[in-house]
Amino acid sequence: MKVSKVFAVPYAVWVLVFTIIPLGLVIGFALTDSDGGFTLQNLFDMSDYMAVLFRSILFAIIATVICLVLAFPAAYIISRAKSFNQSSLIVLIMVPMWTNFILRTYAWMTLLESNGLINKFLGLFGIGPLNLINNGGAVILGMVYNYLPFMILPLYSVMVKIDSSVIEAARDLGSNNFNLVRRVILPLSMPGINSGIIAVFIPSVSTFVISRMLGGGTNDLIGDIIESQFLGTSYNPHLGSAMALVLMIVVIFLMSLFNQFGSEEEAML
Amino acid sequence: MRKLPSKLYMYALYLFLYLPILVLIVFSFNVSKSRSNWTGFTLDWYVKLFHNETILTSLRNTVIVALAASIFATILGTTAALGINSMKKHSKTVFMNLTYIPVVSPEIIMGVSLMLLFQIFRTSFGFQFGFASLILAHISFDVPYVIYSVLPKLRGMNPSLVEAAQDLGCNQRQAFFKVVIPEIMPGIFTGFLMSVTYSVDDFVVSYFTSGTNVQTLSITIESMTRLKVSPEINALSAIIFLVICVILITKNILDNRKLRREQEQFRAAQRKESMV
Repeated sequence: MKVSKVFAVPYAVWVLVFTIIPLGLVIGFALTDSDGGFTLQNLFDMSDYMAVLFRSILFAIIATVICLVLAFPAAYIISRAKSFNQSSLIVLIMVPMWTNFILRTYAWMTLLESNGLINKFLGLFGIGPLNLINNGGAVILGMVYNYLPFMILPLYSVMVKIDSSVIEAARDLGSNNFNLVRRVILPLSMPGINSGIIAVFIPSVSTFVISRMLGGGTNDLIGDIIESQFLGTSYNPHLGSAMALVLMIVVIFLMSLFNQFGSEEEAML
Repeated sequence: MRKLPSKLYMYALYLFLYLPILVLIVFSFNVSKSRSNWTGFTLDWYVKLFHNETILTSLRNTVIVALAASIFATILGTTAALGINSMKKHSKTVFMNLTYIPVVSPEIIMGVSLMLLFQIFRTSFGFQFGFASLILAHISFDVPYVIYSVLPKLRGMNPSLVEAAQDLGCNQRQAFFKVVIPEIMPGIFTGFLMSVTYSVDDFVVSYFTSGTNVQTLSITIESMTRLKVSPEINALSAIIFLVICVILITKNILDNRKLRREQEQFRAAQRKESMV
C-alpha cells in the first residue's frame, strides 16, 4: 500500500461533482431563461437590486471596520498576557462563537425589541423607548457580534508570534505608543488583519439570517433577495442564480483587490 | 494584562460577548413568557423542552447528519491529504486552491449551488431531499477542514520513519497503518472534531439542502424564532451553552496540564544536564 497521488482521486471526483459542477450550474442558470435558452435578461434584471447590493457591501464594510477596531486591542492584550492565561482568554472568545449562530442572533432580538431589556434599562433614566431593532444599525450590530471572534482569532495568532524584545527595542529607541502600533505592531500583524477581514466580510456581505431577524424586512440585503428567489415567495432560480453570480464576482473582486493591497504592504516592509 | 485600561477593555469585550447569551439563559427560568419581565423562578420550560417532539427529532437529525458527514469527511479528507502530500508542487497548488473554494465562498452560494445540483439529481434519477442531501452537503464543507488539519502533520512527519519501519521488516501496508496513521492521528482527530462542530452549527447550507421533511436543530430554532416565540428556546440555549462550556473548558484544562507537564519534564531534563 504505497501512498501516492492516486489517494487524491476520490477527493478530485468529489470536488468535481459537489463544488465545480454546482458552481457551473449557478452560472448556467444565471445565463438561461426558464425554457433553457441563453439570455442575459437575468443579469439586466439585477439592475433593480443594485441598491440592495450596495447596501450589503456598505453594511459589510462598516461591520468589518468595527470588528477590526474592536479586535485589534483585544488580540494584542491577549497576546501579551501570561501564556497560561492566554489559552483561557482565547477559549472565552471561542465559547460564544460555538454557541448556535441563530440563538446568538435571537438573543439580540430579545434585547433590542421595544419592550426588551435595553429599553427597560433606559426607561429607568426616563429615556425611550428607543427604536433599536428593525433598522440598519441593528443589522450591523448583529454582524459585529456574530463575527467579531473571526477577527480576534487570526489577529491573535500573528500577534502572539511578535517577540516581546522587538517591542522593547522599539520603546528603547524612543518610540511612543502611537508609533509603536503604527510602525511595529500593525505591519507585523498584516497577515492576520488580511485573513480577519476576509473572515468577517464574506459572511457579512452574504448573510440573510441576521438581516431577517434584526432588520425586520426593512433592510433587506442581497442574501435575503437570493433566498427569496430559491425558497421564498418569488421563486425564480434563474434570477437568483444571476444574483448569486454577481455576489460571487463582487466577493472575488474585493478580495483580490485586498490581497493585492495586502501583498504591497508586505512588500514595503 | 497588567494595566488597568487593558483589563477594563477586556471585561467590557467579554461583557458584550456574553451578556446576550446570559440574558437568554436567565429568562429560561422565568415563569411568564415575557422576555424582559421577571415574574418568578421555574423549571417548566426545561420539562416542556424535553417533551417537545419537534425539537427532539431535529436534535436527533442533527446528530445523525453531523456524525455521518464527519466520519465520511474524515476518511475522504485524510486520503486526500495523503495524496496531495505526495504530489509535485504544481498539482499540489491546484488542489489546495480547489480546497480553498468552499472555505471562502459565501455559505449562501454553496447552499443554492448544491440545491440546484440536488434538484437535477431529483429530476434525473428520483433523488430525494432529506438525510442524503444534507449529509452530502455537509461532507462538502467539512472535507477542507480535515485536509487543513491533516496536511501539516504529514508535512511535519519525518520521511525516514516509513523507511525505518520497512527496514525493520514491515511491508508497505503495515508501515502505513503502524507508522503513518498513528503519526498523523492528532490531525485526523482535530479534523473530525472541526467537522462535527461546523456541521452542528450550520444553518445556511442545511436550510437550502434539507428539503421539507428533515429538519436540523438550527433550522427548527430559526423557524421557532419566526413563528411562536417560546422560552423553550431559552432553555435550549442554556443547555447548548453549558455543553459547549464543559467541552471547551475541559479541553483547555487538559491542554494546560499537558503543557505544564511538558515544561516540567523539560526543566527536569535541563537540571540533569547541568548536573552532568
